[in-house]
Amino acid sequence: MSALGPHGGFILASYAAVIVVLGGLALAILLDHRAQRRALEALEQRGAGRRSERKNP
Amino acid sequence: MAGLIDLANPTRFMRLAAVLLPWLAGVAALSLAVGFYLAWFVAPADYQQGETIRIMFVHVPAAWLALMFYSMMALSALGTLVWRHPLADVAQKAAAPIGAAFSLICLLTGAFWGKPMWGTYWVWDARLTSVLVLFLIYLGIMALWRALDEPSRAGRAVAILTLVGFVNVPIIKFSVDWWNTLHQPASVLRLGGPTIHPSMLWPLLILAVGFTCLALAMHLAAMRAEIMRRRVRTLTILEAERLDRLAAAQGAPA
Repeated sequence: MSALGPHGGFILASYAAVIVVLGGLALAILLDHRAQRRALEALEQRGAGRRSERKNP
Repeated sequence: MAGLIDLANPTRFMRLAAVLLPWLAGVAALSLAVGFYLAWFVAPADYQQGETIRIMFVHVPAAWLALMFYSMMALSALGTLVWRHPLADVAQKAAAPIGAAFSLICLLTGAFWGKPMWGTYWVWDARLTSVLVLFLIYLGIMALWRALDEPSRAGRAVAILTLVGFVNVPIIKFSVDWWNTLHQPASVLRLGGPTIHPSMLWPLLILAVGFTCLALAMHLAAMRAEIMRRRVRTLTILEAERLDRLAAAQGAPA
């Protein structure tokens, strides 16, 4: 902290804000991506696609 | 334009995005590593601001990206309303949280710089207030996406709101010239060239490239997730209709 001078706390708080906001956003996008991929795979396994729709009207 | 029309096919876009994503993430990681090394260990302390100049290295790219993502959203809004490009509203929806995140970083880091330098976290100055308005517009757009269930209807409503909100972008850029503000005028993107010493300008530009690649990688990943969400929605509706018909057929008298 002393190497950052008297305002080191403000500098560290700024970088912490960047890590928290961007880390949270990246995590949210990754979790959403994974959830949608799993939901899509589950639906396709159940044969919910348009082709199966045509085969089994 | 032909390239954009080719990308209108979501399957083709998904394939291209899967190839581009690791490259963008790699360039982002490398640029951020080099940029932060230069920003922390090579760039000198400023003669007036001292070590708080380190905040500028994240504050300025965040401000640029907040404006860049809104401008991209405005182009996507035109894509939705004028050209009816099938991926335009997907791009618009995926960009809003990323733009909001960079606006929030810009506001927070600006406040943390302002307290030791100006003596206050916040003033109702034209630049600060217009960036706060940008953040609130981003939140409004995200709320509107959630309020309307049908994606194409929501896309058109959000596109109109986005284009109306675009008036704020030049206000943010020129606020420091049009009004007497506490915020300093532009020192990098200006007609006479940058006024920052190269020892600080280079880390700033490298970090700007790194944050831009990171933001674009997140945008591609969010667009992929949104395309899958829409497929899930379509397939769920088709499956429900099939089950309804099946139940009706089984329940019908012989």
